[in-house]
Amino acid sequence: MSSPPYDTIIIGAGMSGLAAGIRLAQFDQKVLILEKHYLWGGLNSFYKQAGRRFDVGLHALTNYVPKGTRGTPLIKLLRQLRLRHDDLRLCPQGHSLIRFPDCQLRFSNDFEELRQEVGERFPDSRDGFARLIQLVADFDAFDPKDTTTGARSVLSEHITDPLLVEMLLLPLCYYGSAREGDVDWYQFVILFRSIFQEGFARPEGGIKPLLDLLISRYRELGGELRMKSGVRSILHEDGRCQGVTLDDGAELMADRVLSSAGWAETMRMAGQQLYEQNVDEDELGRLSFVESIFVLDSEPKDLGFSSTITFFNDAPTFEYCSPQGLIDDRSGVIASPNNYLSDTPLPEGIYRLTNLANYDAWRSLGAQDYISAKQGCVNQAIEVSKKYGIDPRPHQVHQDAFTPCTVERFTSKPRGSVYGATRKRLDGNTPLEALHLIGTDQGLLGVTGSMLSGISIANRHALVPHQAK
Amino acid sequence: MTRDETILAVKDIISTIAPDEELVGLDTAVPLRDQIELDSMDFLDIVMELRKRYSVQMPEEDYGELNTLDSCADYLMPRLEGQELKLQNA
Ligand SMILES: Cc1cc2nc3c(=O)[nH]c(=O)nc-3n(C[C@H](O)[C@H](O)[C@H](O)COP(=O)(O)OP(=O)(O)OC[C@H]3O[C@@H](n4cnc5c(N)ncnc54)[C@H](O)[C@@H]3O)c2cc1C
Repeated sequence: MSSPPYDTIIIGAGMSGLAAGIRLAQFDQKVLILEKHYLWGGLNSFYKQAGRRFDVGLHALTNYVPKGTRGTPLIKLLRQLRLRHDDLRLCPQGHSLIRFPDCQLRFSNDFEELRQEVGERFPDSRDGFARLIQLVADFDAFDPKDTTTGARSVLSEHITDPLLVEMLLLPLCYYGSAREGDVDWYQFVILFRSIFQEGFARPEGGIKPLLDLLISRYRELGGELRMKSGVRSILHEDGRCQGVTLDDGAELMADRVLSSAGWAETMRMAGQQLYEQNVDEDELGRLSFVESIFVLDSEPKDLGFSSTITFFNDAPTFEYCSPQGLIDDRSGVIASPNNYLSDTPLPEGIYRLTNLANYDAWRSLGAQDYISAKQGCVNQAIEVSKKYGIDPRPHQVHQDAFTPCTVERFTSKPRGSVYGATRKRLDGNTPLEALHLIGTDQGLLGVTGSMLSGISIANRHALVPHQAK
Repeated sequence: MTRDETILAVKDIISTIAPDEELVGLDTAVPLRDQIELDSMDFLDIVMELRKRYSVQMPEEDYGELNTLDSCADYLMPRLEGQELKLQNA
């Protein structure tokens, strides 16, 4: 035990870990963030390929509100990290679409637009939709009394038209449900606000400038960040967490540890016994995605794709489940960062396509088959999605795709489950004292959500009792 | 620290924790909450920043003293006596 102890060690330099780190370093804690990968950002990192920089995940930053808005999650987040709204250089979306075979709903960062669209397309559900908005407004999603009710049943109670129920669920499931076939009602409320009532934006330049800002802020405050430093195990004695052991065997001690590695991984690091007692493998999320990225020789809007995000479902009902085969081509998300409102156009056209994917099916492929399966799936996915977007292939100058296996490899999320475990740990507690969960498995998802998760757990468990030193 | 300096010290803390807020022209007699966007989390940050910069220990029952800039000055002046003003956003 050579090194002096830290106040807080944070496992993972994803969005939640960085945000928690900044919060604690602001109050002069001695903080260390340990990241297994050689890059930070986790599920929302970036990578270089063929001379270009790609964002791993970023379709949209949710919760967008303009500068000067009061009291919403984005504003609280900025405040807690002491950032200016302008620092994020957010470009708002133009508009987005929810498309089913015979019906389409358009929405934007002005919620009125969706309300009107619903009223026009589904006149019988107009009152029901108004009641739903009221329910969302009245619900305390950050201290929910009930976390087991699914949104489907609540929606069906109020909305008479089943197609509208499916159409509302499509974007909200894709952007944050860890649960198959449905989304938890309390998560629906969070997502409804963050996607429909607030909105989408993109930081100018993608995720990297935002990550650079977080990293430099963290370092200025004296925070320490070590890359390629995977945590192998969590040290504890008499039920209290004491520090971590790294993959290279080094032991680092801390007053407390915050982990963004997910519930199951965190318990595994805490030892076989705690894993067996606390991890229910049925609660490991099964949902993952294949994402294809096309670089185009033209602006997507000049090729006929002008929405910022299009959520499509090629059937009257929407099945949000881990598919039987490699992917489910019947539904998906199409995103184009070119279609955010920005004064600086992107140098090239980008078209991204996301489909649900089955981890086990991908895992079982050999190396050769894996590569050809990837190409086959991309082509298969385009055949359906082009009805709702475009066929990007004639204009493609570069293409990349990643699978659940890629997600698992680069973020250590078991089974590549992007939205983590189906059961969230909203209080951030674990069976060990001084070990707390942040990020995806704590309960808040997405770029904005995971940062808020890091902040709120840091405040609650690492800052308030301890306060500034 | 004089009364004006004490008020400046508090304002400087507020502009650190809330860089988007406009603080010019704040009325010292009117509750801060009525003039700018501050929630309970923000007040906690003010308390922690006072502790960090000036070693002022503020027990929870005193948080109400941060209501207006005037009440801040009344409360903090005796506690900041002899200390130097530390500005981060000068
Ligand atoms: C394809 C895709 C598209 C997405 N699109 C969007 C979008 O458009 N908008 C949006 O808001 N969100 C999007 N997301 C979701 C968003 O990226 C995540 O919800 C968010 O980044 C989660 O952050 P986190 O900090 O909880 O977890 P993570 O990002 O997973 O961070 C955990 C970190 O911990 C590290 N780690 C794990 N185990 C260890 C260990 N033992 N030792 C050291 N380090 C360890 C990992 O390497 C990782 O860096 C997308 C995700 C994907 C995959």
